Amino acid sequence: MLDGYEMTVGLEIHVQLDTDTKIFCGCKNEFGAEPNHHTCPICLGLPGTLPVLNEKAVEYIVKAGLALNCEINTFSKFDRKNYFYADLPKAYQISQFDLPFCEDGHVMIQLEDETEMKIGITRIHLEEDAGKLNHAGEGIASSDSSLVDYNRVGTPLIEIVSEPDIHSPEQAIAYLKKIKSILEYIGVSDCDMSQGSMRADVNISVAPTGSDELGTRTELKNMNSFKAIEKALKYEPKRQIKVLESGGEIIQGTLTWDDEAGKTIPMRSKEEAHDYRYFPEPDLVPVIVEQEWVDGIEDSLPELPDARQKRYVEELGIPEYDAMVITADREMADFFEAVVKEHNDAKAISNWIMGDFSRLLNEESITIAEVKFKPADLAQMLKLMDEGTISSKIAKTVFEEMFATGKNPDTIVEEKGLKQISDTSELEKIIDQVIADNQSALEDYRGGNKNVFGFFIGQTMKATRGKANPGMVNKILKEKLEG
Amino acid sequence: MELYQLTAHQLHEKLVNKEVTAREITESIYNRIEAVEKDVKAYITLTKEDALKQADKVDEKIANGEEIAPLAGIPIAIKDNMSTEGVKTTCASQILHNYKPPYDATVIKKLVAEDYIMVGKTNMDEFAMGSSTENSGFSKTANPWDLTRVPGGSSGGSAAAVAAGEAIISLGSDTGGSIRQPAAFCGVVGLKPTYGLVSRYGLVAFASSLDQIGPFSKDITDCAIALNYIAGHDEFDSTSANREVPDYTASLNQDIAGMKIGVPSEYFGDGIDQEVKDAVWAAIKKLEELGAEYEEVSLPHTDYALSAYYLIAPAEASSNLARYDGVRYGLRSEEAKGLVEMYKNTRQEGFGDEVKRRIMLGTYALSSGYYDAYYKKAQKVRTLVKQDFDKAFEKYDVLISPTTPTTSFKAGAKKDPLEMYLSDICTIPINLAGIPALSMPCGLDSNGLPIGLQIMGNHFGEEKILQVAHAFEQATDFHKKQASL
Ligand SMILES: [Zn+2]
Repeated sequence: MLDGYEMTVGLEIHVQLDTDTKIFCGCKNEFGAEPNHHTCPICLGLPGTLPVLNEKAVEYIVKAGLALNCEINTFSKFDRKNYFYADLPKAYQISQFDLPFCEDGHVMIQLEDETEMKIGITRIHLEEDAGKLNHAGEGIASSDSSLVDYNRVGTPLIEIVSEPDIHSPEQAIAYLKKIKSILEYIGVSDCDMSQGSMRADVNISVAPTGSDELGTRTELKNMNSFKAIEKALKYEPKRQIKVLESGGEIIQGTLTWDDEAGKTIPMRSKEEAHDYRYFPEPDLVPVIVEQEWVDGIEDSLPELPDARQKRYVEELGIPEYDAMVITADREMADFFEAVVKEHNDAKAISNWIMGDFSRLLNEESITIAEVKFKPADLAQMLKLMDEGTISSKIAKTVFEEMFATGKNPDTIVEEKGLKQISDTSELEKIIDQVIADNQSALEDYRGGNKNVFGFFIGQTMKATRGKANPGMVNKILKEKLEG
Repeated sequence: MELYQLTAHQLHEKLVNKEVTAREITESIYNRIEAVEKDVKAYITLTKEDALKQADKVDEKIANGEEIAPLAGIPIAIKDNMSTEGVKTTCASQILHNYKPPYDATVIKKLVAEDYIMVGKTNMDEFAMGSSTENSGFSKTANPWDLTRVPGGSSGGSAAAVAAGEAIISLGSDTGGSIRQPAAFCGVVGLKPTYGLVSRYGLVAFASSLDQIGPFSKDITDCAIALNYIAGHDEFDSTSANREVPDYTASLNQDIAGMKIGVPSEYFGDGIDQEVKDAVWAAIKKLEELGAEYEEVSLPHTDYALSAYYLIAPAEASSNLARYDGVRYGLRSEEAKGLVEMYKNTRQEGFGDEVKRRIMLGTYALSSGYYDAYYKKAQKVRTLVKQDFDKAFEKYDVLISPTTPTTSFKAGAKKDPLEMYLSDICTIPINLAGIPALSMPCGLDSNGLPIGLQIMGNHFGEEKILQVAHAFEQATDFHKKQASL
């Protein structure tokens, strides 16, 4: 795709942890409250206040580290990252510099060609989130004033730093989705990108294929949609190659992604980059965690997507791809398994989940938690199909009705009169009528044009509003048409 | 004797015996303030109205036959770098000239629970950076013993307030000597407790790994009483020690026979005034008379302490003081256009020269490329200084030295910052090591100025320090000498 060049992508994924309270004070960790409602002297950084570490945040990052196959540092510490900005009340962020909680992890990703790939994770560290600025104008520079909302200050944040193992937009997205999936599984974050609880800084560089060294990189900060990241990753390497091919040089620096224009725009160059003057946070003592405690967390981890996918393929016999898609979303997989418990045809269930169910979720843009019908309803619907009470075509109608109203399939079939017509004499009567109404088609058929058989099937289904048992219609029609 | 001249334990007895009321005590203090404050300038803010209300509450309790705490009804002054709810907390800086905190520091909460009476907030070197209280952004405090001289610093206001009878007890903070040096200059008792013994929550940070709150008092008993009420674990301060706090008054009146005193020779070098050395040696001999044994000891890394301190403290300060940016509270420059200019102008207008100097020093020491050579190396020196003390305390119960190289100097005499820094040479190593140390009067020099005796203890060795100090106090009458103002 990139003739003669290879791209390398580094991702720093920021994920807000779903703790009840903030990382260093007792304020509620909650999105969407009135501005500055969830604040106190500590998270506002008022003179004299001190941070006290929320143990739950440590538990969550250790959980994340274990789920992402990291080594857990039982001795860890916090450092101050110093920089001035109006959303940062202390003018430093409490973060971790040289002793993060987690190091040296990895995840496996699957690509469309069904190959597997290992993406390394350099480290995961814990830090506090900053506040939010609302500028009166376009940006901070062009605004007469800006308002600051400190609700988000002190939200526990983990930063997951990848190794330079990613070399295509597809790999990057698969990696991001895998991280999101795993963190949702272990329940440490809702990873809701639209609310900013998951966002990524993306480093991009290109180098001639086979080169040992990475090229000069540019960085896109605070990307919060997979689509935008994918588009940017398709655009930026080509731009860099163009610059290099025309004898130019890549300038290391931060870019912003203009989604409308579909291109990257330079923000600031390295010359203006911060010297963060990291030093150990004197207001917090180093964190020492017991190995036993870490082991306990490891034991409590739920079955993760990879293991679940493997089990679905091996034990339930569903296709690899279906298993991957279903297990990527914990809620989806939980739903799937709940149906499997009630009905033994996993393949049929997976077809429905992958097909109409996913389509409707998408169309209505709702989550699984918001779905009106129960897993048992889907199982019951499949049972009605197996029993021949409804045809697969009618099932589609029943399913849509279930999705729209939450009614159970028996009620729907009953109310709408959707029961399949499998009564031979009834069907014969209907088919006789259809043939009687279409004499010229009958002649065609008997004249050797077998293609009109489909026409008769269609007419019969129309006459029964789709309720006719397709197998029986086929059989009876054949007999009658052959005469 | 006027009421303002008494100690807290004497006043407590009088309160309990209904000889005086808390209102009378409080009024005595404010009358004294009326008389001398124009010369001493110990306070930035006075809170008379609330103080009298509080006094009446205590009197009501006494009248109702309720038991009162040892510090109930006792007028206490608070250094202006401790957060007091609804009362301006300026750190003697223009950048916080109008800042009223919405919360009380932990030490204030503890004193409030004791029914103490806050007299007001005392003057200091801006953000506790200085050794003379000349760096205040508002006014200069004078030494009650000689108004042409400095009270020391940075807690000069708190020391002067007690020395001048404008408070019975006061609280200060000590990062490199800011309690002990002014205590020595003003002829009062000042204790810097072990790092972690007293909560720092609500103490506006200068250098977080060194700052510690402690009391000023007229005698050792009051020091022990005050320490009883401010010490203890605080869940709001992760660096506060989680250990049982003893009753510090229990160690008073105990025999010091057989106690081992180390006398570190590095603290009696060329830079130390002969009169100061003589007075300290006389005190050591006095303790020997009382049955203690002494021996000279070497703390070989003492010479490097000052340099290490002036890297570590400014480094932490450069980060701690970054929050004063004009965005949320305090001063905001009115001239500025745009965010960056607002930062620059606000900090340019709001900070004094010494604060700016230390912010620049600290920023430089932490910069990439210099971190290893300065900050990291200073931390290694700090460890060596601490090891010197650890070794010494394997052998000795306490160490004794002068608190300061000289007695109080004339206002305006030290123009060179380095010269000023040297006045903390005997106190700084103690902060680096995190150990406790107390300064108490041990004589007057030929100018009639108080000389300070420094007693250092091992980590959480406050009881031994107080024991020795009390024995010395009982055997001498230096503590009875008061500034003739
Ligand atoms: Zn808060």
